[in-house]
Amino acid sequence: MGLLSGTSKFIKALTYPSDMLPPIMADDEHQHVDPELEHAASKFGMWLFLATEVLLFGGLFAAYAIYRAKYPDMFQHGSSSLNVVLGSINTIILIFSSFTVVVAVKAIQENKIKLVKLMLWITIACGAIFGINKFFEYSYKIHHGITPGTDIFYSLYYAATGIHMLHVLIGMGLLSFLLYRTSKGYYSKDNFTAIEIGGLYWHLIDVIWIYLFPLLYLIG
Amino acid sequence: MSTDNEKNYLENGKGFSSWFFTTDHKRLGVMYLCGIGTFFIIAAIASVLLRAEHLSPGRTIVDAHTYNVLFTLHGSMMVFLFIVPGVAATFGNFLIPLMIGARDVIFPKLNLYSFWIYCLGAVIFLFALAAPADTGWTFYTPYSIESGTNVILITLGIFVLGFSSILTGINFIVTIHKLRAPGMTWDRLPLFCWAAYSTSILQVLATPVVAITLVLLIGERYWGLGFFDPAKGGDPVLFQHFFWFYSHPAVYIMILPAMGIISEIIPVFSRKPIFGYKSIAYSSLAIALISFLVWGHHMFTSGQSKLINIIFSAITFAVAIPTAIKVFNWLWTMYKGSIELSAAMLYALAFIFLFTIGGLTGLHLGALASTIHLHDTYFVVAHMHYVMIGGTLFGLFAALHFWYPKMWGKMFDEFRAKIAFVFIFIGFNVTFFPQFIMGTLGMPRRYYNYDPEFTIFHQISTAGTWLMALGFIFMLYNFFRPISKTAEANPYKSKSLEWSIPSPPPTLNFDEIPTVTESTYAYGNKIERET
Ligand SMILES: [Cu+2]
Repeated sequence: MGLLSGTSKFIKALTYPSDMLPPIMADDEHQHVDPELEHAASKFGMWLFLATEVLLFGGLFAAYAIYRAKYPDMFQHGSSSLNVVLGSINTIILIFSSFTVVVAVKAIQENKIKLVKLMLWITIACGAIFGINKFFEYSYKIHHGITPGTDIFYSLYYAATGIHMLHVLIGMGLLSFLLYRTSKGYYSKDNFTAIEIGGLYWHLIDVIWIYLFPLLYLIG
Repeated sequence: MSTDNEKNYLENGKGFSSWFFTTDHKRLGVMYLCGIGTFFIIAAIASVLLRAEHLSPGRTIVDAHTYNVLFTLHGSMMVFLFIVPGVAATFGNFLIPLMIGARDVIFPKLNLYSFWIYCLGAVIFLFALAAPADTGWTFYTPYSIESGTNVILITLGIFVLGFSSILTGINFIVTIHKLRAPGMTWDRLPLFCWAAYSTSILQVLATPVVAITLVLLIGERYWGLGFFDPAKGGDPVLFQHFFWFYSHPAVYIMILPAMGIISEIIPVFSRKPIFGYKSIAYSSLAIALISFLVWGHHMFTSGQSKLINIIFSAITFAVAIPTAIKVFNWLWTMYKGSIELSAAMLYALAFIFLFTIGGLTGLHLGALASTIHLHDTYFVVAHMHYVMIGGTLFGLFAALHFWYPKMWGKMFDEFRAKIAFVFIFIGFNVTFFPQFIMGTLGMPRRYYNYDPEFTIFHQISTAGTWLMALGFIFMLYNFFRPISKTAEANPYKSKSLEWSIPSPPPTLNFDEIPTVTESTYAYGNKIERET
């Protein structure tokens, strides 16, 4: 019995967090949170988290710098085999999705709930199209026998774009969560922190791709 | 205020779920304490077995593979499950909001999630013990790629633990920035908070690098990535660079909070304001920053260029400066103070003594001439245990004694605590001092077997672990047998905010958010002399 109620409590706590980055004691009626403090603190926390993401990819960029200096020919050859058209399409898609996120963040501050929902939908769809393109790219490569173990360039290509793709998926999950909550009427012009910091995360995904794309696709 | 606040945090709710779902920073601190305590005991038992194996050359109790497994278990569990979350997650959680005059950390739910993630990481880690890794806690390639053991699972566990560490770090940084009570300016902030702040910066900035390293290691094993594989044009030394770019700063993740604890305890039991407040505070930040630039000293013998070796050696020496600043400030704080040798103070003094030995022997290893001789010998083992045990563990024990009344609302027996201290202190030195000599004579670390000439040193060292174990057990016994079930709000007449509220603290800490008017260390001022 205790175990059962414990499990259901656990699931509840996971599925209904009072917010993504929870405000101070949100479920404690005795605590009145200063909304300005909450907004500033959540944004600050998200920026710190973005710093960790940059450092995570920083390791890959460091490996890129080292091995490109060591094997310039391998990198040129590898890069020229990548599909620039698909890569460019994906770049445009991600930049466009960053724009739709900006519109969503702006719209929620003006209480335009419908517009927020539309923009979040488009952003998530952009992420999905990006993923489908990536899937075709990967399967084409693997079909031709080019795997992560082929050489260092492809190791980097698969590792960097793979980890980036994982971030796209997490970002899509995050935005879907925000979309769901928006349609439940949770967010308004007085409560938009979550959408704003969710947007920040999406921008980071975009920015990292903007570095990855030329470094991998355009040096051939 | 509300009626809720009349209950103290320990009484506020009973049963498993009142703890496992709490967002109360004090309860989370206590739960982390239980977690790290358990893993400390398991890893310590592994070390007692390791030392017992060395009672005689050749096989004593276990075979070579089991020995490798045991030291990997000991090292990785002590590092990733005990000492990295160690002081920061337990006392950081318990103390930071109390010290800055807040009701909780700024993201209490995130704090709970961090704890769950820690548990998840620990569970994955324990699952890996089905075929425990034999690579050592550093997972150096190429062996970690070839080893037939559960390297993937154990590194995955560490990755998850790192995530918990990052989230806790973010929580603490934002909390210290945004939730300080009115009047709690940066130059009144307790030094433990400064230390925790610096630690959090390291957690946030260094952990992602080890995370990507471990992901690449997993990729190397699973998908055949080639970064660390010479056969594919990769470089195993790159792994070492990545690994130590995190793991050197991680050394300071382990030691900085303990230094913060010492800075809290010394002034209280010397009845004097801390000497050089600002230099202690800023030296924490300086240590944090410099520690990012010294990782290369782990690769002096891995074929780095001479110039790079010299640069890394010089920067490594530079870390000694802010560290020494702290030590001298602590000593000067005690100078002409009225020192009370309580158990907590004894641990703090032992910290200064042992940490100084650990720090100074670090210079032998940072100097290029001597490190070639000492590299990968027991000298390194002794050095890092003087820093990690003599430093962090003694700091943790000092904290456990010092904040015992606040945490549990009870009083322990000082006399018994001091006996335990004597055992632990002597046992520690008997264990590790001979290892300095052994290492200088050329005994390599991690070896299963050794030359008969080293037998006597190994035997002394092993005997030391038994003394220490006795001390630990007695200390635990003492903690579970308090002599009084009630504790005053402020038994030490400390000026820090956590002592201004009842022991144990009420659920919401402060009835009213306090306004701070003077430094935390304003001992010996007029008011105190009159009372
Ligand atoms: Cu180091």
